[in-house]
Amino acid sequence: MRNAFADEILALARQDPRVVLLSADIGNRLFDKLKAEFPNRFFNCGVAEANMIGVAAGMAQSGLRPFCYTITPFITYRCMEQIRVDLCYHHLPVTVVGTGSGLSYASLGGTHHSCEEMGMLRLLPGLTVGGPADAPELRALLRDSLNQNGPVYLRIGKKGEPEMHSAVPALKFGQSITLREGKDACILSIGTVLPVAMAAAEKLAGQGISTRVVSFPTLKPLDEKCLQEVFSSFKVVATLEEHSILGGLGGSVAEWKADHPELNARLVRLGTPDEFLHLTCEQEEAREHYGLTAEGIADRIETLLRLA
Amino acid sequence: MAETDIAELLKIAARMRGKVIEMVAASGAAHLASAMSCLDIVVAAYWRILNLDAAKAADPLRDRFILSKGHAASALYAVLAERGFFSKDWLDTFATHGAPLAEQPAPGCAPGVELATGSLGHGLPVGAGHALAAQIQKHDYQVLVCMSDGECNEGTVWEAAMFAAARKLQNLTVVVDYNKWQATGRSNEIMQLSPLREKWAAFGWKAVEVDGHDIAALVDALDRSRQEAGKPTAIIAHTVKGKGVSLHGG
Ligand SMILES: Cc1ncc(C[n+]2csc(CCOP(=O)(O)OP(=O)(O)O)c2C)c(N)n1
Ligand SMILES: [Mg+2]
Repeated sequence: MRNAFADEILALARQDPRVVLLSADIGNRLFDKLKAEFPNRFFNCGVAEANMIGVAAGMAQSGLRPFCYTITPFITYRCMEQIRVDLCYHHLPVTVVGTGSGLSYASLGGTHHSCEEMGMLRLLPGLTVGGPADAPELRALLRDSLNQNGPVYLRIGKKGEPEMHSAVPALKFGQSITLREGKDACILSIGTVLPVAMAAAEKLAGQGISTRVVSFPTLKPLDEKCLQEVFSSFKVVATLEEHSILGGLGGSVAEWKADHPELNARLVRLGTPDEFLHLTCEQEEAREHYGLTAEGIADRIETLLRLA
Repeated sequence: MAETDIAELLKIAARMRGKVIEMVAASGAAHLASAMSCLDIVVAAYWRILNLDAAKAADPLRDRFILSKGHAASALYAVLAERGFFSKDWLDTFATHGAPLAEQPAPGCAPGVELATGSLGHGLPVGAGHALAAQIQKHDYQVLVCMSDGECNEGTVWEAAMFAAARKLQNLTVVVDYNKWQATGRSNEIMQLSPLREKWAAFGWKAVEVDGHDIAALVDALDRSRQEAGKPTAIIAHTVKGKGVSLHGG
């Protein structure tokens, strides 16, 4: 995904002279092409993330379209106030991109995990929050970032995420994409965990349960049309994210649902619990630890359908 | 405890390098070069400077050592195991599924690990807190923080630097592992660190430079830092990233 990010930024830089990229001492060689072609449009800001966001704010106030890039916990938690005051309070068109989100860097420990940041960031007024599932969705959302007149946050994976789309989809912020049709249950999935949702649907199909899978890459603003439709059509709706069930997609949809008492589908929030992961492990093992596997998800949905 | 002489420390450092290479090779963890860079500093500290008892790793009066550049955890773990803080067997499962020793230090992951580091720029503020707590509680333990040069990019480092000088934290010492490289380039091209010693001095610290692979010089500078009155000490240790691994030119 990070290669697609570098490639798409280069394409955007070619189209739009206002595009600049700031990074914080990561991504060695990743941006070599951009640096070579536009030496004045790429800036390595060092291990100083908070300063990077402030600098981006100034550049945006002076007419540029900055993209800021580094490892998710450092560009979010560490820069929370810069994002809130410099970017959101001033409603500046800066796109903040966190790489290695969720448990992508499980093995590096809690300092490198980010299972709370979407929940924290979505509270900031005027911030668009997205989590593309794969490289094509990322490209679509990066392009749409340039159509926004305010700040954007995107959480992305690292490398080697399976591609769920064969081409760049016609996707804008606030929209979702149905990848698999179904009639009994529906999974709304944000981010790179989408292939697990697809595998869970396959598993459920084997048990005679037909499951719709929706890639739901924007946390804010929510695709309310989609929510309205799925909560009217299915008995069970699951949200899926590599993020805490508090505050992220599950949290947002639960809030939305509280405002729509007339819709009586059961909501189940699948994600990480309210805790730090203390197990030394890789991303796959971390997902297993939290039941974010085809089996784990299929089980939860099957049980709920039986009760519903 | 009898003092280990310098000749012996050199042998220990060589052995620790071998151990770290084994750990990193077996686990596929990153950052071997970073561990090699600070290894002599950690060895000098643990064999000659720090007042520690492995049997009482949580003694409130112990000296504190914080490896703020947490990505070099393998060096810390190898040394802690050698000093008896935990079984050397733990090194064999470093960074593997379910192991106590994570690739970067997790909170309380092993006796002797003071702080979860890995996000750069946290060690010095927390170290300053330990040092101030000692002054308030009239304890005479010392606090030693090992930081990387890229880490000096972080604003929190300089916030802590001003704070520590204002509070006259003479029981606080920082060693900057000045290997001139950070993750994506030369430290002095990405940010202007230079003149690094003068910066710390200007921030009110006693600031000295040493060869960070000369164990005798490190021991001497660390010893002096403990005698310094009225100021925290910054030791700018000139190092080679990957020292001892031919691949990295050390
Ligand atoms: C706050 C923060 N930002 C970014 C990173 C990613 N990162 C890991 S090591 C490193 C830089 C390595 O260079 P340096 O700090 O000089 O340490 P060395 O390995 O040279 O000792 C970076 C940017 C991090 N760990 N923490
Ligand atoms: Mg360095």
